[in-house]
Amino acid sequence: MAGFSSFILQLTVFLPIVLGLGLLFFGKGREALARPLAFAGFAFPAVAALGLWWGFSPDPGTGYAYLSNVPTGLEFIGITLQLGLNGISLPLFLLAGVAGFAAGSYALHAATDRWREYVSLLLIMHGGLMGVFASVDVFFFYFFHEVALIPTFIMIGIWGGRERHYAAMKMTIYLTLGALLSLVGLIALYVQSGADSFSMLSLRSALEGETLSTAAQNYTFALLLFGFGILVSLWPFHTWAALGYGAAPTSAAMLHAGVLKKFGLYGLIQVGAPLLPQGAENWMFLLALLALGNVVIIGFVTVAQKDLKQMIGLSSVMHMGYCFLGLACLSAVGVGGAVILMFAHGLTVSLLFLLGNCIYQRTDTFDMREMGGLARQAPVLAAFFVTTMLASIGLPGPGLANFWGELTVFIGLWQYREWMVVPAVFGVVISAIYGLRAVGNIFYGEPTEAFREASRARKILDIQRHERTPVLVLLILLILVGLWPRSLTDSINASVVPLYEQFDTPRAEATYPDNAAVNPAALPACCAPAASRSESGL
Amino acid sequence: MNAYFDELKEIAASNQWSAIFPEITLGVLALALLVLEMVLPRERRNMIPRVAVLGQAVLLLAILLLYRDGGGFLGQETFAGMLYHDGPGQAMRLFFLVSSLLVCYLASVAFAGKKLPRVEFYHITLVVTAAMMLLAQSNHFVMFFVALETVTVGFYVLISFYRDQTISLEAGLKYLVLSALSSAVLLFGIALLYGVAGNPLLIGSSADAMNFGSLNAFLLNNPESNLAVAGMVLVLAGISFKIAAFPFQIWVPDVYQGAPMPVTAFLAVASKAAGFAILLRLVTGVFAPMEAVLVPLLTVLATLTILFGNIAALTQRNVKRLMGLSGIAHAGYLLVGVIAALHVPWAVGAVLFYLFAYLLASFAVFGVMAHLSGEDGTGDEREDYLELLRERPVLGGVLVIGLGSLAGIPPLAGFIGKLLIFVAAFQAELYWLLAVSLVGVVISIYYYFGWIKTAVFRNWEMPASAVGDEAAAPRAWPDVSPVSRWVLGSLAALTVLIGFFQGPLSTWLARM
Repeated sequence: MAGFSSFILQLTVFLPIVLGLGLLFFGKGREALARPLAFAGFAFPAVAALGLWWGFSPDPGTGYAYLSNVPTGLEFIGITLQLGLNGISLPLFLLAGVAGFAAGSYALHAATDRWREYVSLLLIMHGGLMGVFASVDVFFFYFFHEVALIPTFIMIGIWGGRERHYAAMKMTIYLTLGALLSLVGLIALYVQSGADSFSMLSLRSALEGETLSTAAQNYTFALLLFGFGILVSLWPFHTWAALGYGAAPTSAAMLHAGVLKKFGLYGLIQVGAPLLPQGAENWMFLLALLALGNVVIIGFVTVAQKDLKQMIGLSSVMHMGYCFLGLACLSAVGVGGAVILMFAHGLTVSLLFLLGNCIYQRTDTFDMREMGGLARQAPVLAAFFVTTMLASIGLPGPGLANFWGELTVFIGLWQYREWMVVPAVFGVVISAIYGLRAVGNIFYGEPTEAFREASRARKILDIQRHERTPVLVLLILLILVGLWPRSLTDSINASVVPLYEQFDTPRAEATYPDNAAVNPAALPACCAPAASRSESGL
Repeated sequence: MNAYFDELKEIAASNQWSAIFPEITLGVLALALLVLEMVLPRERRNMIPRVAVLGQAVLLLAILLLYRDGGGFLGQETFAGMLYHDGPGQAMRLFFLVSSLLVCYLASVAFAGKKLPRVEFYHITLVVTAAMMLLAQSNHFVMFFVALETVTVGFYVLISFYRDQTISLEAGLKYLVLSALSSAVLLFGIALLYGVAGNPLLIGSSADAMNFGSLNAFLLNNPESNLAVAGMVLVLAGISFKIAAFPFQIWVPDVYQGAPMPVTAFLAVASKAAGFAILLRLVTGVFAPMEAVLVPLLTVLATLTILFGNIAALTQRNVKRLMGLSGIAHAGYLLVGVIAALHVPWAVGAVLFYLFAYLLASFAVFGVMAHLSGEDGTGDEREDYLELLRERPVLGGVLVIGLGSLAGIPPLAGFIGKLLIFVAAFQAELYWLLAVSLVGVVISIYYYFGWIKTAVFRNWEMPASAVGDEAAAPRAWPDVSPVSRWVLGSLAALTVLIGFFQGPLSTWLARM
């Protein structure tokens, strides 16, 4: 049975990629066959992810379920394709499956030229996303990220909107820089740890006995932090994000902002912080400050946006700040909250991009000043949009998962630095300002003259079936987890607690091989946060 | 067939000729082409290229099936220490044979419908290939120099093969002058080494100081001899010309631009690889005792090469020059691998892997370029690639995969090559070079993706009325023959496949 589930896990990664390549090379003129096959390629990972979630029971020794190894021939430098899921990767894997299905089924009905190429690139991206979160091997974790990233670049370039050439180039250069920094960090981690493979499990067990020296931890974690940070649009390395999302076609923006961007945070949570605890503690205060930059500064930038798509893109940059803050707490509470928030935010932002495009198709503009009164013609669309926007703000509303994530992050943050909660909560107010204002501008109020002209020219329809299916799938999952958060939090806890327990106790001197001989009073100043945290009652 | 080989082996026991069976076959094939041209009636002469390709294909199969162990000579010196056969040498034989086959294919594309002598081209290509094989296996400075000059002299002719185009002739002349200079420098270095190692007053001196083994023994005893250091530096300078490392790269853009496309590809891939094969052998073998000088020297060389190649390519719009300049950057990454090989033995395999990935990707790109390029340098600007993917999806797709692999984007073979080199550099603790390489890779994204962008992204067209009548004429896109589809398609497919399943190639190279 275990073998079968592992096989299903492998299939979720490779089936979309194989179908995508097949469609690209052999799909010409076989429209009738291509559509159902592409649909199967999008649907299978989603269904399989739900099934694997249902049957998730990790092995108590490793913390992973569905482990399997596929040989690659690069074993001599420690690379094997090892797939599996633990409590941290499970929510994101589920998110990748469901968001991929939503983006894919929406793309299947999108009226674009070169439909076949578009869908096959999206399938390859979907497979890559599944691989990112299913990989236990750090190398393949990186590898699948790039598999998913390249189609994004091409999709922006061919099917993108305004300024797409510039946006695609800028995004590619930023993301390559980030990816390479993190790759070097991962190689550094592997070589220094002395582990016999790139697998997270063997890295963990190699570092369990003897941690790296403080200096090594410091620079390796810095490589990972800034490499991954650029990928997650950490302030001030975020400028590619709004531009790229603004130019990207809807499905690509949904998958990139919703799922792929979580790669960096996931890498820091799963690999970076637990394996380099000393380095993590030393860098965390800076990270927390930058993350507050994401929340407050980008928050104000978002408020100033007139363009709906730019606003959604920037709001996703802003919410990444909360996830970073959760990580910065370095406690099971904060990190667990970050994972839930990543999951919920992925669903919300995919929904927002999807609904944003639905609005665009009805108003022919992304400029919110030229919209108004759309709720009269499209009440259902309005209801969906309002619900999603409330979720995105983080209101405890109708049982939405974002609320639980933000709440837990705030609790963690309170234990870390009380004052940081103030700007963080202020961020919620900011999101409420731009979120509710967008709702008001688009759906209520008097329609502008231009919009009135347009709606006289053709009938504005309410949300259609091909739009409703992906919206409902995403929304139902969001509400389900919102009403019953334990379905995910139990397994998240089971994985996060063992990794982050180590931060709860003040470090013993034995873990400072460099400083062991030095007077304990002369310990580097960087240890101060750890000490003060332990006093504050954690 | 096996009996024939057994017989060969028996003869080999006495005179070792079968140790260079591939090289001899290539030489015989080259001569046979000339004879065929004399014998055949004029209208049958178009079969000569086919004979050349077929002969090489058979040789390739023969090496793969029957000659994998190098005729039993691996790990041995032959011909009184002139040659030394080892795994990397055997791998390079295949490398050169495959590149020469692909050069022949490119020639069939690029020379189609042009009034040019054909047989000479194939003849010289084959001879140069044989010489490269010998170069990669040479174990003696005389062998090394003779093989190197055979390669170089062949290239003089090949580069100016478009005899009535001034740009091609100019390129040939530039290559001639600078190459002669570098040969002189190389020879001077060899003379210095020979002189100092032959001095009977020094410990470990040898009467046969041109032999790599005896020279190595001498250098082990005298790693700090100033004359030996000077000689080594001059020899490395001579090789740097071949691999186009900074500051010996001056000839690259002009020569690449002027040479016919197949020759440009041959220069960019095989000639560079030949330089690296001998460099690996010299650095990890003969010159290894002089590490104290060697490592800083090569580190500076690699740093400058990576930075210069990438920065110079940044603003380049001519694709041939772009390939030349970015090729300089690739030489830099390979140099990092060579330095790492001093301390990490498996880095030799990493360099070879990188070379094979580079071969596949470069020939894929050059294959696309050969379709678009004209004799007089038209069709070589980036603007000529506008809308390539829409008009010729095969060429566009192959171009994307080839350039992606050169840029080192996963999941393509070029990424695995870079990864192996980076891991090796990490294990050898070359942190500085690693940082420089990263900067280089990021810069290279700009120009490689800029090219992809031109070929792939949709461009808004001006409405026909807004454009003048001249521009309104539709562009003539080249036809893509079924052979081209297969060759370019399999190059691209291999690039993707090796990106996903590195197993066969890497284990094979690791065994070498």
